[in-house]
Amino acid sequence: MTPSLSTLAFRFGYGLPLPKDAPTDSAAMLAALAGPDIAAQRHPGAGIDAALPLIQAFQAARKASKGSQTKTPAYLKAQKAIGRAMLQQARVSFARALDAPDGYRERLVRFWADHFTVAARNRPEALLPGTLIEDAIRPHINGTFTAMLQAVTLHPAMLIYLDQVNSTGPNSARGKRREKGLNENLARELMELHTLGVGAGYGQDDVRQMAELLTGLGVDKTGGFAFDPRRAEPGPETVLGITYTGEGPAPVLAALQDLANRPETAQNIASKLAVHFVSDTPDAGLVADLTDVFMASGGDLAALHRALLTHPAALQARAEKARQPFDFLIAALRALGLNGADLDDGTNLRAVLLLPMQAMGQPWQSPIGPNGWPEAVTDWITPQGLAARINWAMTMPAKLQATLPDPVALAKAALGDRASEALLTATSRAESLREGVGLVFASPEFNRR
Amino acid sequence: MFAKPMDRRFFLRGAALLGCSAAAHPMLSSVTFAGSDGAHPLGDHRLVVIILRGAMDGLDAVQPIGDPAYAKLRPSLAANGQALDLDGYFALHPALSGLMPLWQAGELAFAHAVSTPYRDKRSHFDGQDILEAGTGMDVPVASVRDGWLNRMLQAVPGLQAETAFAVGRDALPLLAGSAAVSNWTPDLRMDLSSQNRQLLQAIYHDDPLFRDSATEAMALAAEIGPDGAMMGKPAKGADAGFAEVDALVGFATARLLADTRIAAFSQDGWDTHKGQAQSIQRSLARLQRTILGLKAGLGAVWGKTTVLAMTEFGRTVRENGTAGTDHGTGGVMVMAGGAVKGGSIYGRWPGLGDGALYDQRDLMPTSDVRGWAAWAMAGAYGFDRRLLETSVFPGLDMGDDPKFML
Repeated sequence: MTPSLSTLAFRFGYGLPLPKDAPTDSAAMLAALAGPDIAAQRHPGAGIDAALPLIQAFQAARKASKGSQTKTPAYLKAQKAIGRAMLQQARVSFARALDAPDGYRERLVRFWADHFTVAARNRPEALLPGTLIEDAIRPHINGTFTAMLQAVTLHPAMLIYLDQVNSTGPNSARGKRREKGLNENLARELMELHTLGVGAGYGQDDVRQMAELLTGLGVDKTGGFAFDPRRAEPGPETVLGITYTGEGPAPVLAALQDLANRPETAQNIASKLAVHFVSDTPDAGLVADLTDVFMASGGDLAALHRALLTHPAALQARAEKARQPFDFLIAALRALGLNGADLDDGTNLRAVLLLPMQAMGQPWQSPIGPNGWPEAVTDWITPQGLAARINWAMTMPAKLQATLPDPVALAKAALGDRASEALLTATSRAESLREGVGLVFASPEFNRR
Repeated sequence: MFAKPMDRRFFLRGAALLGCSAAAHPMLSSVTFAGSDGAHPLGDHRLVVIILRGAMDGLDAVQPIGDPAYAKLRPSLAANGQALDLDGYFALHPALSGLMPLWQAGELAFAHAVSTPYRDKRSHFDGQDILEAGTGMDVPVASVRDGWLNRMLQAVPGLQAETAFAVGRDALPLLAGSAAVSNWTPDLRMDLSSQNRQLLQAIYHDDPLFRDSATEAMALAAEIGPDGAMMGKPAKGADAGFAEVDALVGFATARLLADTRIAAFSQDGWDTHKGQAQSIQRSLARLQRTILGLKAGLGAVWGKTTVLAMTEFGRTVRENGTAGTDHGTGGVMVMAGGAVKGGSIYGRWPGLGDGALYDQRDLMPTSDVRGWAAWAMAGAYGFDRRLLETSVFPGLDMGDDPKFML
């Protein structure tokens, strides 16, 4: 079955028009995905090593200013530095999605970043979600699920977000001395969200044993990953019937590998991929086939991503999903002819992209919980959310482009064969160019994928 | 008291009634409502439901300081000693001290050791789904398409969409369903020419989801107006951190003073795994600000108002190793308003001693949070018990009237 270009572009990328050098069929898309990460080369990002000095400086300045009524100049400076770095990270994320010839890679990065959600809860944590993507998601996008899971679970961003950094084995050296103990947050979400799924047959004892097994994972004084044997619970732990022994992170890595390779995990990941890319109620055969590919390949993500892109049930033309606000904005900027370089040039990122994203229901890297963003089309196309999309569509393009495109031409370029007669008629009747362009971006066919 | 232990029979009873859960009961149209008139079929009571996302620690909000085990289980959280005495046994977290006048005036109560029927997996997300669906564990959550507050509305003939408002940006499954409700967030404006509105309606015509969402958005935007007169005033200075809460409460009270009878919204930030003494403060302060704002904004109408704040589950009775608490079972429900018989801690207290805990780690739930909501609906609007136990909360046994509504 040969899917139309618009189906491929909407479902597995950021829609039309395609950026320069973009592949136009499934085989070329997969070849691009297997090739170098061009977007990351063009727009380099910052991992945890670059972020740590800023976070350290902030924490030191905050400590030094404790007790003083007003924030010290050093504190304000450190705070601003983090804010600037966060904006730069956001700029890089938008620029990559705008320019990437392989939109599929960018969409997959966002999918996996959402699967392993780390939200920014406060100023020093604002940099963490971006560093996780840089260090643990992008490098593993064509690797095994085990490798990605291990990289994510041992990354300071995840260890901090799900409170692993202070969890202490009750019978460890520090546990006995300082009366510290376990925190089971990461252990639970690791099974419920990251691997097995909530419906799987694990119990509170497994969560508890996993929490004991994870003790020792943490960060050192610089904020980088470190294993602290003085916090590690001694003795073997048994998770889902398998007993893990040994020193250091090795038994943790072994348990992660076992969790990654379980059929419940394969099923959970297959289902999430199908729901995210294709339908809120995906075809059972698609989920079953993806599950089989996951199991047969040992969780090879390249094989899984290939199976998704080429599955007949994933290529049906019906647009059942809503573009999430990030995707909506990328598609609109592309259609207006903007690229990553335009974002470096005094674009007010906050006003143009971040605040509107919040109004549309997707505040920048701040989902409510570790389960990430909702998937259902009805969660996004609400009266509030749609009103915010209409507002952006009607007002922002004119601020971004001095010369607005002809609305009918824009509809054809951005929607291809998806532009409805009703939309083409309506745009031609708009009272102004601004409103005609707005109708294209506010239309169901632009907001669905 | 209907606070009997929720045993296996309870779930089986729900299973037998499965067929009733999906839609409104046919007998509903004969129901009449206290104080109803043509324009307001629900009468003049106001019901505000707040979903506290992330699992509020009921043992910290309403501390059982009279229980000999409490201080030992909570070395750092109980140690502040600042909690305010409520009834000689329970004490209120100091971050809720602004609610003491309500407690003294009989406008604030709590139900302790409550839970939904959800057990053991302790997932926030499943827990919240079940809390808002209002079903038992006999119904697969994914199959429930409406929330219990919407099912209550389905039972009332002749309601307008403005009768019930879901306020805020986030989805609220509690109010989702076939009964028409309004959804809006107070900080949103739309400024569209009439020609532009018509063209939008034309392009949305064949897509029901877009059509309905846009119709509602345009109607509300037109009604509320570009100046946002119904919005709370922006806060300044020390109050600035509450700007969002104030805007939401200002919007909700303005609607409740007009034709709206039901308002619902959610507040997050309760997942206090670490450093809870600090991390719970802000969430409690926001909840307090919300309740005080509703009282101030509603004026005389506060006397006919019931506020219910509920959460997906409670938290572990023992502090964890990081001075926080992990996911638990039994928790607290907050009831406030002039329609509530306040000044009491309702529910059967199971104790915290050895053998009294659920799974040796959580507060043992002794009543179903849905039962309290059901009795609130019965008290405020006169809903009949059979309807509440079959259509609104299928399979629920409301038990004896706990008499917490005036």
